Amino acid sequence: MPLPIFWLFALIMLFGAAAVVLLRNPVASAMSMVASFVGLAGLFVGLNAYFAGIIQILVYAGAIMVLFIFIIMLLDLNTDKKKAPKMAPILGGLGIVIAFTIQLIGVISTTPDKGLPALDLPAAAVNFTPGTQIAKNLSANSLPDVHLIGQSLFTEYNLPLQILGVLLLVATVGVVVLSKKQS
Amino acid sequence: MPTLNHYLLVAGLLFAIGLTGVVMRRNIIVVFMCLELMLSAANLTLIAFSRFYPSPNGLPDVHGQMLVFFVVTVAAAEVAVGLAIIVALYRSRQTIYTDELTTLKG
Repeated sequence: MPLPIFWLFALIMLFGAAAVVLLRNPVASAMSMVASFVGLAGLFVGLNAYFAGIIQILVYAGAIMVLFIFIIMLLDLNTDKKKAPKMAPILGGLGIVIAFTIQLIGVISTTPDKGLPALDLPAAAVNFTPGTQIAKNLSANSLPDVHLIGQSLFTEYNLPLQILGVLLLVATVGVVVLSKKQS
Repeated sequence: MPTLNHYLLVAGLLFAIGLTGVVMRRNIIVVFMCLELMLSAANLTLIAFSRFYPSPNGLPDVHGQMLVFFVVTVAAAEVAVGLAIIVALYRSRQTIYTDELTTLKG
């Protein structure tokens, strides 16, 4: 990914995130969060993580933000009280962030940098069984991102995947129990 | 071409912005959104390291992307449960502003 395009997506992401914090209307915050996630998905795609970029759009910008906006509208929060903002949380937040940023710049400026290593896809094809989809795609010089992740997910990460399924079931049941009217 | 430090700097800034929101905002839904921003910053770091340090077969390291997959899924479950808790909180207290939830204040 060329540097100008990197900065384009990075600035979309950072300005979107800043707008989430600074805008007073919760619906506007949620919308700028969608913009922030679109920028982040662009960065993911630039890092050859196509699957992660797509689930970032589908799951975050598609599903999770719809849930947020649904709850904001359900609770009718557009009648935002125009209270004067308190100084202590703002000063605390800015203080933490300035300290964090200074530390971040200090750490990054002292660590050795690393350029983007080139991916030699046809050479990597010898590591996979000839004739499989992964080997075919690699020989054709395209990265079979979803196939690689799927293969890893259902072999090496099979147990975590099933635990994750149980977690989603528990979350679903928990949400139903929590949102039932207590009588 | 952007280097690894570019990505780490951007991810760190995104994390810092999310942390500001968690400390500064009083609307608990916006606090929750900022938590999601912080999780996404961690995801960006994982993806950057998986691409800049390829696995021995010359492809991007799939383990980092697996961790991102799991983080996104757990975050989705967390959002569902958290928003249900916020709705239950609103039903019992009629507010979602953190400075008005002072039941535990001594």
